[in-house]
Amino acid sequence: MAPGLFVMKKMLYETKIVKMEKKMKKLAWLLTLIVVLSLSLSACGGSTAAPEEAAAPEATEEAAPEEAAAEEPAAMEPFRVAVVMPSAINDLAFSQSMYDALLLIQEEMGGPEMFEIVYSENMFVVDDAAAAIRDYASQGYDLVIGHGSQYGSSLQEIAPDFPETSFAWGTTSETFGQPNIFAYSASSQQGGYVNGVLAATLSQSATIGVVGPIEVGDAKLYVDGFKAGVAATNPAVTVNVNYIGSFSDVALASEAATTHISAGADVLTGTAQMVVGAIGKAEEANALWFGTQSNQTSLAPSIVVANQVYHWEVALREMISMIQSGELGGKAFDATLANGGEVMEFNPDYALSDDAKALADSTIQGIIDGSITITLP
Amino acid sequence: MITELFSTTVLIGILASGIRLATPYLYAAIGETFSQKSGVLNLGVEGQMLLGCFAAFYVTFTTGSLWLGLLAAIAVGALMGLAMAFVTVNLRAQQGISGIGFYLFGLGMSDLLFQRLMGTVETVQGFPKVYIPGLSEIPGIGEIFFNQNILVYGAYLLVPLAWFVLNKTTLGLKIRAVGENPDAADSLGVNVARVRYFTIILGGILSGVAGASLSIALLNVFQQNMTSGLGFIAVALVYFGAWHPVGVLGGALLFSMVNSLQLWVQVLGIQIPSDIAVMMPYVLTILVLVATVSRVRAPSALTKPFERDE
Amino acid sequence: MRSKLSTLFDALLPIIATLAALAVGTIMLLLLKVNPIEAYAALWDGAFGSANSFAETLVKATPLLLVALGICISFRGDVINIGGEGQMIVGAVLATWVGLTFTEAPGWVVITLALLAGFVGGGVWGGIPGVLKAYFNVNEILSTVMMNAIAVQLMNFLLRGPMIDPAQAELASKIPQTARLIDEFHLARLAPTRLHAGALIAVVLAVVVYILLWRTIWGYRIRAVGQNPHASRYAGIKVSRYMVLALLLSGAFAGLAGAVQVYGVNYRMITDGSASGFTGSAGFNGIVAALFGQLHPLWSIPASILFGALLVGANKMQRVVQVPSALITVLNGLVVVFVVSSEIWRHRRQRRRLAAAGEEDAQSKPDQTQVQKEAGQ
Repeated sequence: MAPGLFVMKKMLYETKIVKMEKKMKKLAWLLTLIVVLSLSLSACGGSTAAPEEAAAPEATEEAAPEEAAAEEPAAMEPFRVAVVMPSAINDLAFSQSMYDALLLIQEEMGGPEMFEIVYSENMFVVDDAAAAIRDYASQGYDLVIGHGSQYGSSLQEIAPDFPETSFAWGTTSETFGQPNIFAYSASSQQGGYVNGVLAATLSQSATIGVVGPIEVGDAKLYVDGFKAGVAATNPAVTVNVNYIGSFSDVALASEAATTHISAGADVLTGTAQMVVGAIGKAEEANALWFGTQSNQTSLAPSIVVANQVYHWEVALREMISMIQSGELGGKAFDATLANGGEVMEFNPDYALSDDAKALADSTIQGIIDGSITITLP
Repeated sequence: MITELFSTTVLIGILASGIRLATPYLYAAIGETFSQKSGVLNLGVEGQMLLGCFAAFYVTFTTGSLWLGLLAAIAVGALMGLAMAFVTVNLRAQQGISGIGFYLFGLGMSDLLFQRLMGTVETVQGFPKVYIPGLSEIPGIGEIFFNQNILVYGAYLLVPLAWFVLNKTTLGLKIRAVGENPDAADSLGVNVARVRYFTIILGGILSGVAGASLSIALLNVFQQNMTSGLGFIAVALVYFGAWHPVGVLGGALLFSMVNSLQLWVQVLGIQIPSDIAVMMPYVLTILVLVATVSRVRAPSALTKPFERDE
Repeated sequence: MRSKLSTLFDALLPIIATLAALAVGTIMLLLLKVNPIEAYAALWDGAFGSANSFAETLVKATPLLLVALGICISFRGDVINIGGEGQMIVGAVLATWVGLTFTEAPGWVVITLALLAGFVGGGVWGGIPGVLKAYFNVNEILSTVMMNAIAVQLMNFLLRGPMIDPAQAELASKIPQTARLIDEFHLARLAPTRLHAGALIAVVLAVVVYILLWRTIWGYRIRAVGQNPHASRYAGIKVSRYMVLALLLSGAFAGLAGAVQVYGVNYRMITDGSASGFTGSAGFNGIVAALFGQLHPLWSIPASILFGALLVGANKMQRVVQVPSALITVLNGLVVVFVVSSEIWRHRRQRRRLAAAGEEDAQSKPDQTQVQKEAGQ
């Protein structure tokens, strides 16, 4: 290449860069000026006061709310709830179940003007969640919910500093002896048991597969209950359990399901948000699916048999009425089949035989009235 | 218990699973191989994958066309690649860190778009399994190799294609030259910037396709952060494969096979704590690399921005 | 020669770039129908609006600074350490174990021991990739990525097994957390905020690292190896050894960050199964903070504070205007890309300054290709 050409190209390149740099510098200063101006304008407007809250986001806005029978006398001021969640509000699992419950209560209590909800989602870092909880408390929310077992430590620290605020956390039964902390949990082993009973009945290959995230907490309860249900119905049925080590690895969960199917399973179940992939694989193989935490029928209407759905609003209603009558905590709630905190929702599109349905119903009844006891390892 | 592991069903299952699991890793890692061969480290693969993943899913979901979805993933990947190329080549930003920035951008953007455009988890009918008359019927081998969907086949066909381009074409020569000694290449008339733009955009496209392989072929669903670290593993596999497409194939297969092995270990009820089982692919990848000690050198100009005025 | 304005510009470059990124974010906020002024006011408020906010910023910045210090060392040794997440976890695990085992010892003994344990734990986790790189030619990006994943599984195994809180072990749902450290072992706190002594430790260590890198023989050698491994080898420096040292030290600081998080913030180790659930991605964000600080330990202090401010403020912004947390991630990414891209102007300016001073070799940061050519490669 001719050296002259080379030099020329280099010069042109240089000049272009210099020009671009000058432009960029001007732009940067201009932007800085604009942002600084706007920030200072807003600062003059008094920023540290209670900020404007948007109520429920647009995604699931209800139409004219039906006035359900009010659980408690209509409050003069709106009841303000803040909730901190470890995953997304639309994860079709844990977080969504709480968010849906809050929306239901909002509807019952008369809409966003009477019941204000704010949320912080994806707060999987305990640190950030703690900051959020403290922040909400200092802004005078009536109830601050930490929807995740990892938030307990933080609540324990923060609650004493805000005696006027009510705190709630789950899933757990620990209130730390604090007068302003509620605890809520779900006996997910109950729904697990019912699912297990049905699964053992419906399985023709006598092999069932379970896909779980990590062997802790709610997941463990559900799986243990499921296994107990299967064992109580037909001890000859094998239950293979696979904990994939993550709450988000959809690909691995889906491969786990495929593995179960290759190992002969014709009924599957699983818990936590990454099972959405597993459900798809079950559908492909015509295996049946039992769901938990929320209603997963929409993902595979032809093979989902039943779901254990959490209805946190049962506990929430009681919490709210307690708060409004001055009791800010000290009670632990448990969502069970008996009190309606857990509901078995059957897929109407799946033709369950009458015998199976009767068995399911009697199992549910048995758990409710105590005649069936679930022993966990 | 352990002996069950060696039954034919299980072995076939492991191999078939492994082939499937390896698909996204292959696409992304081959794309990254091209980038790194030309001297650019792209740690933003995961972000490109997630955006491509969502784009493919959303377009397929709304239009009903799988091929349009794939095209969308390609387009999105190319755009991200273009942005990365500009930042890397023209602005000469520090490559490792800019990659992390793109990763965060892709992660957040795919999530945001998902929430705003879809709102809830849905499923689609993905690419179906392709039945190859004759080959698919071979017992065992047929199940493993010839009963997959088209994007899976695409990933494996990519390997010889990539090898050919890198080693037997002028373009490949230019790429390697730019990665080893950009100054010399430049003085020989190779447009370093253009070559790097090409490889980075190609890398972006392949990452996008990797994402699409998840959402519209293998899993048929989209969820926030569903790749869950896959992109970073893919980048790591490029090092494992010593920048050769075949080596990368080996790495992807090793990693995925061990992953499917640990799934079976758990399913068969072999008493290993689940966390230890999940660890296996990662530990083994390192061990294999240690065991096969090699003196392979990285492309000399890897991560170093090219400046003309030397 | 250098005008005051130009020095100021160099120092402010990361801030200008951040503002530019936020300006782009403004467009997104408008698309989401959010008032950008309100949003950014909330961001500012969350980071600097009150004494408590500022304390939160500093709490967030502490692990960032510690990780950044390690990154300064490793990057100057030309080793890329993206294993910060795993190193934080291992350091924290070891440190927590110390605190749970030696419950009879005096507080200051245990705290010192624990922080040292964190240092050692992270050092081991960083040293292994170092050894693999130096003696087995295993690239550090591969090994650190793998070690990150392994560390997470190790943490899950320990926290739901041998190290689980005995109170939790009783319950059917086993929340993966350790017992709470006794009060004597908590790092001192500036009540009523959450600002803890760890911040002070981090700042002191920043000075120590500065001295290490520029005033000791080891630091000199690390930097020499980083700038020119071949010339260093000719000069008699054992390159392999210093590669290992660079990664080891880098991991050690990350491990210390993990230990400080446990002893200063949560007083126990708790996880949700993922890496970032414990670390808050400090392992990655620390890299960005180090870059903001030009890989200089002292400049990393304001850099970490600023980045911490951004993260804390962004969380507040999410709460106030109720944007999806995903937007915060996008902004995070934009800031990183913009800051990293803006470096070109610093180099261009330095180059022109040196060229103007009559030097032909216009390089402020040594270019390896050039030097390698000279070294006769």
